[in-house]
Amino acid sequence: MTRLTPTPATRCGVATGDRPWARRGLIGLAAAVVSLFLALPLAFVFVAALRPGFGAFWAAISHPDTTAAIRLTLLVAAITVPINTVFGVAAAWLIARFEFRGRQALLTLIDLPFAVSPVVAGLMLVLLFGRQGWLGPWLLDHGVRVVFALPGIILATIFVTFPFVAREVLTVMQAQGSAEEEAALTLGASGWQTFVRVTLPKARWGLIYGIILCNARAMGEFGAVSVISGHVRGETSTMPLQVENLYNDYHAPAAFAVASLLAVLALLTLAVRKTIEWRARSP
Amino acid sequence: MTTTARLFFFLPGLLSLLTVSGAGCGCDSDDAGSAGARGGATVRLLNVSYDTTRELYEEVNAAFALAWRAKTGQRVEVRRSHGGSSKQARAVIDGLEADVVTLALAYDIDAIARAGLLATDWRTRLPHGSVPYTSTTVFVVRRGNPKAIRDWPDLARPGVVVVTPNPKTSGGGRWNYLAAWGAARGANGDGEAAAREMVAAIYRNAPVLDSGARGSTTTFAERGVGDVLLACESEAWLLAREVGADRFEIIAPPRSILAEPPVAVVDEYAKRHGTEAVARAYLEFLYSDDGQRIAAKHHYRPRSKEAEAAHPGGFPDIERFTVDDQFGGWAAAQRLHFGEGGTFDRITQGER
Repeated sequence: MTRLTPTPATRCGVATGDRPWARRGLIGLAAAVVSLFLALPLAFVFVAALRPGFGAFWAAISHPDTTAAIRLTLLVAAITVPINTVFGVAAAWLIARFEFRGRQALLTLIDLPFAVSPVVAGLMLVLLFGRQGWLGPWLLDHGVRVVFALPGIILATIFVTFPFVAREVLTVMQAQGSAEEEAALTLGASGWQTFVRVTLPKARWGLIYGIILCNARAMGEFGAVSVISGHVRGETSTMPLQVENLYNDYHAPAAFAVASLLAVLALLTLAVRKTIEWRARSP
Repeated sequence: MTTTARLFFFLPGLLSLLTVSGAGCGCDSDDAGSAGARGGATVRLLNVSYDTTRELYEEVNAAFALAWRAKTGQRVEVRRSHGGSSKQARAVIDGLEADVVTLALAYDIDAIARAGLLATDWRTRLPHGSVPYTSTTVFVVRRGNPKAIRDWPDLARPGVVVVTPNPKTSGGGRWNYLAAWGAARGANGDGEAAAREMVAAIYRNAPVLDSGARGSTTTFAERGVGDVLLACESEAWLLAREVGADRFEIIAPPRSILAEPPVAVVDEYAKRHGTEAVARAYLEFLYSDDGQRIAAKHHYRPRSKEAEAAHPGGFPDIERFTVDDQFGGWAAAQRLHFGEGGTFDRITQGER
């Protein structure tokens, strides 16, 4: 959350100029840590996935239960991310630009999903919407299934990923102040025009990072979804749950195949971010 | 300006595109609500089962689909969900709409019945008290049996590390606990005090209590924890014969429990889906020659003598006692041992 305003990079040479060994040592240490804790496990996932050969890999990820899990995960992300984007921007804008009663409460509420364990979040929804919950019986009478079905998975994912967009956008908006918006308003722009033409473009980096983090978490969420999904194969198992299913089935290579696919999706998200950054910078 | 505005919506847009293209590549797009007989000739059943029946029901489901199609011309697709038995029962009570449940112990199906989802006399509806196959608790040790484990008292020796699931959450964990208790009580005839002492010693030797039976198997087999795994016979065979033939051995204790994993149609949900007939046929299939043969193949002891005889290697002779005989039924066993403040609580809180 601190990478939002790109500052001109300080040359490392200037900062530790008189001690090049310290510089190299620190860089080496950082590189070692990164490769040990990030690159190596990631690489191992791909190695383990492809060890039995590409044919086996393909058989694993084209199994109907797995393709259903992939579809479900993408569908959940495709619904969750736009919803959290719209509400996240709205909440951030309210908090950054207005003083009102309950502002602090709203801010705390936005942070709540970070503080609450995902398992508790899932359980909360089961207690609320389950067959014996508060709202469950009424919903069932009207033919709506929430828990152990798609709506429950989406609700759980929305809850867990809500803070990302709101938090990122809020930080940028607060850092930038409201001078330019006030200028736009005095020059005769309407509220909506000001929002779309001044506020939103100024907050774009926060928004993009927020969407990316939100998307990554939405695809990778395990705990909350695990509680509310029911683990039905081919129906309510998302990709992370399918990884667990396969691993416990003693199909470790298939589990790694799905895991590697999940990793590819994450890398794809990063690539999309890079492309957007690049296109936004070039005129 | 407008280009940047457009860019904001690039990512979600791309994702929905991916989803649409993803939806094209699979089979029929699934409507999560349609577990029932809607949508042409394909019927969907949901079998909510426990942890160690994964391989069994994978094969049963395929075989039943063939048999049902040959008999009625109707396609049936059986979906499955696996997990700790009590956790699965909980999910069904909370609204996981299982047409049938095939759980580790009767107590869990009783809980579903108490929630009003099926009649309390469900046990009388199918032969053998609605238990199509049985099992028992055996030991899996590392190759060569380095700790010389032969019988229950060996598990209580200091320095032996035991792996078993948590009896609070796992049906298999409860079978194992009662197997130890019953074996201890029966073997020396010293009654409850001796049994309690031995079971307490065994659970002091158990550093990890996983929430499900399959979790314990992975702890023992993949993570290399422990000298002995307490497992239901099917799980032990799967581990010793198929997963790690050169790494593990099965030890059959002289006495153990008669584990009876029951099956039932969940009336309320089956009625809602219009699947009562096919759900019942599915469970009856478990008693058929094919069903019994498949059960034996996956190392569950079938009811049919022919299927049992066909088991490769044969089932070892173990004197098996029932929960009803030794503990006066599941309700009493649950109250005395696994309920709030039961013997398991006292063992783990008092002496750990």
